[in-house]
Amino acid sequence: MEFNLKIWRQKNAKAKGHFETYHIAGIESDASFLEMLDILNEQLIRDGKDPVSFDHDCREGICGACSLYIDGRAHGPDDHVTTCQLFMRHFKDGATITVEPFRSAAFPVIKDLVVERRAFDKILQAGGFISVRTGSAQDANNILIPHDTAEMSMDASACIGCGACVATCKNGSAMLFVAARVSALALLPQGRPEASRRAKAMVAKMDELGFGNCTNTRACEMECPKGISVSHIARLNREFLKAKFRG
Amino acid sequence: MADKLISKIPDGPLAEKWTRRKSEIHLVSPNNKRKLEIIVVGTGLGGASAAATLGELGYNVKVFCISDSPRRAHSIAAQGGINAAKNYQNDNDSVYRLFYDTIKGGDYRAREANVYRLAEVSASIIDQCVAQGIPFAREYGGYLANRSFGGVQVSRTFYARGQTGQQLLLGAYAALNRQVAAGTVQSFPRHEMLDLVVINGEAKGIIARNLVTGQLERFGAHAVIIATGGYGNTYFLSTNAMNSNGSAAMQCYRRGAFFANPCFAQIHPTCIPVHGDQQCKLTLMSESLRNDGRIWVPKKLEDVEKLRRHEITPSQIPEEDRDYYLERRYPAFGNLVPRDVASRAAKERCDAGFGVNETGKAVFLDFSDAIERLGHQRVAERYGNLFDMYEKITASSPWKEPMMIYPAIHYTMGGIWVDYDLQTTIPGLYAIGEANFSDHGGNRLGASALMQGLADGYFVVPVTIGDYLSKKFAEPKTDISAPEFAAAERAVQARIDRLLGIGGTETVDSIHKELGHIMWNYVGMARDADGLKKAISEIKALREKFYASVRVPGTQFEFNQELEKALRLEDFFDIGELMARDALERGESCGGHFRVESQTEDGEAKRDDEHYMYVSAWEYKGEGKEPEMHKEPLKYEFIKVATRNYKD
Repeated sequence: MEFNLKIWRQKNAKAKGHFETYHIAGIESDASFLEMLDILNEQLIRDGKDPVSFDHDCREGICGACSLYIDGRAHGPDDHVTTCQLFMRHFKDGATITVEPFRSAAFPVIKDLVVERRAFDKILQAGGFISVRTGSAQDANNILIPHDTAEMSMDASACIGCGACVATCKNGSAMLFVAARVSALALLPQGRPEASRRAKAMVAKMDELGFGNCTNTRACEMECPKGISVSHIARLNREFLKAKFRG
Repeated sequence: MADKLISKIPDGPLAEKWTRRKSEIHLVSPNNKRKLEIIVVGTGLGGASAAATLGELGYNVKVFCISDSPRRAHSIAAQGGINAAKNYQNDNDSVYRLFYDTIKGGDYRAREANVYRLAEVSASIIDQCVAQGIPFAREYGGYLANRSFGGVQVSRTFYARGQTGQQLLLGAYAALNRQVAAGTVQSFPRHEMLDLVVINGEAKGIIARNLVTGQLERFGAHAVIIATGGYGNTYFLSTNAMNSNGSAAMQCYRRGAFFANPCFAQIHPTCIPVHGDQQCKLTLMSESLRNDGRIWVPKKLEDVEKLRRHEITPSQIPEEDRDYYLERRYPAFGNLVPRDVASRAAKERCDAGFGVNETGKAVFLDFSDAIERLGHQRVAERYGNLFDMYEKITASSPWKEPMMIYPAIHYTMGGIWVDYDLQTTIPGLYAIGEANFSDHGGNRLGASALMQGLADGYFVVPVTIGDYLSKKFAEPKTDISAPEFAAAERAVQARIDRLLGIGGTETVDSIHKELGHIMWNYVGMARDADGLKKAISEIKALREKFYASVRVPGTQFEFNQELEKALRLEDFFDIGELMARDALERGESCGGHFRVESQTEDGEAKRDDEHYMYVSAWEYKGEGKEPEMHKEPLKYEFIKVATRNYKD
């Protein structure tokens, strides 16, 4: 297969970026999108040009490193996959494909398609944990958790922290990311004692870091590679309100 | 130098050794812990859990990772589960059985005392993880669920769908975040360790490159913990993440840490087969699939031909024409034999011409029986996300046709040599998780890597490091203007300048691919003396080609992924060569290391306890010089060493 790739190039955080177009041919339809970029980079290096920088690591859809905005969609045209799990058979032969970084005020560009997502770490540092000391836990089977509750918590906990929700949201809100963590822990008895405090602290940190507000467009849910449901946002709101009433 | 190999295994009965060692270790008082600094490199299960626990204890911790967040470490990709001797299934499991299975699975090349400790703390790991809110699978009564893994006959694996590694890492990362918030841990993402700084024979810090600015930075401490994982990417194609590398381990090796059993690499039987030559990464399909999936190839070569020509589909081949070769060869364990055995059996069938895809390098993993027996819903609950993942990649549905799988490099049992305290041959330098060699011998059992990473990080190194640090609290903070820091930084700078100055035409990846071919062909699933010698000389030639013709674009002082890869490839050359040397020295077949010269008449691996019952520990002797091998003899006092038998 062959493609015209219109790719965002930006030397560093301060530089002004621009699109450049590259032609690439001889791509197998079973190649992944990132394998295609690898091949492009091989070509660029051999031609004495600068390769395109992009974040990637596991290439199995679980580490959350890859973060490309392809033809106007976070992680591209296939549903519920990360960029590394997007395959070229989903594109028309000869198509022009636009590739940009995830764009959000809270995710500044480092270079080309690579952005800084440290804000996510900071939100989780504000409260995305259960305060248990190493070695102080009781026997695991002393805490009974109904099968369906554990499954629901797992659904929320499947978040890979890629930031597609933020990149997709017109307000640049991190609500789905925050809600997934708050909800995963609030559903479990171990997470209850800190549930409200956690919600309040994480939302406050999210606001402080320049993420926008949630206006319930549900675009985040559509683009989440792990299919995390906006129903978790409702649970976050409940916890948040409880915290507010308690003051 | 061999006197450096003191394993420090405590005396006494096996079950009392860890308790005994803990009681001997000197304590560090809280006010002194505040004065002590520890560097942790790597944020996978081992590094994150160690950093979090040490921070919680009151030490000053600096933690480094190469990715943009600690949460992206490759532990996140582990799918199947984590073992623990809980005996929740009442199937007569015990600490002793987990210990025994691990030693046997490792083909009697691991230390008894270390493995026993691992089994002993395994139960606490599950307690800890549940308390952290990890959503392990549950039965309908609310109790924790278990499944089986290869090489064992009990059900002791805890799991969170096919994302157990992700969930455990998110737990350790959350514990780490809690300490960052508390101010005891400082996190340095996008930083890559490029050298270890040794002062007066002791580890005192690291040189790291800030991957965003490109600046070299110095960090001092009272002790350094390496938790950077394995070196499977030496093969270029592996199930490791693209950025996983063995560089930190090699830097420690070049600074005097011995490197143990480098030739023990695990080839995982259930990976998605290679397609074409544009691929850069192989995808693992969890071993848990072998609980219910049945592995087979056709009995008739004409069916193989038809499959390759797409004239028939696998489901059209009748039952009597299928060869369930693992069930045939190993009736007692069937599809759940250990990984090394399953991988070799797949290679044997494919070498005999029964490979089921166009490349002839694939076998079937079939779920039709399981779907019939358990129903769609229960199979979906157990493996749904793995089926989806397989279908996304291959565009073929495991619900309709069997998966195609083939072995791929997955894990390295070898690593930095450590004593019982997980301290290396350099005082003050510790290695944990996959980065050390200590627990898996010649082959690792499934669901044991997660167990070891968390055992080392939560429960072992935070205790044992106290023994060393209890003598250090009076020492001032390490001075990063010391000449040793300056010299190490200059050496790193020289490496970078050299790479940027070559200005050839080859890409780093293309040369890495060539290294991968050498490794897979000569240091892969079947190894022989001639091939291994060839590997050593070909790697040398390839290294020369690299320095003559590679092109590393860009500059040092920018985000430069090609420079990162070039620096790592330099280290992969050294590891590859060391692996081949070690494989050549080890004339037996053992675990993941299969020497063609050492097999039984029916093609099973033939171990040689008389000559090779030792840990090989390699000492660096300088650039271009041959390293020296030392031996740590293995003594089995508590279990009877036997030939591994999975047949009956």
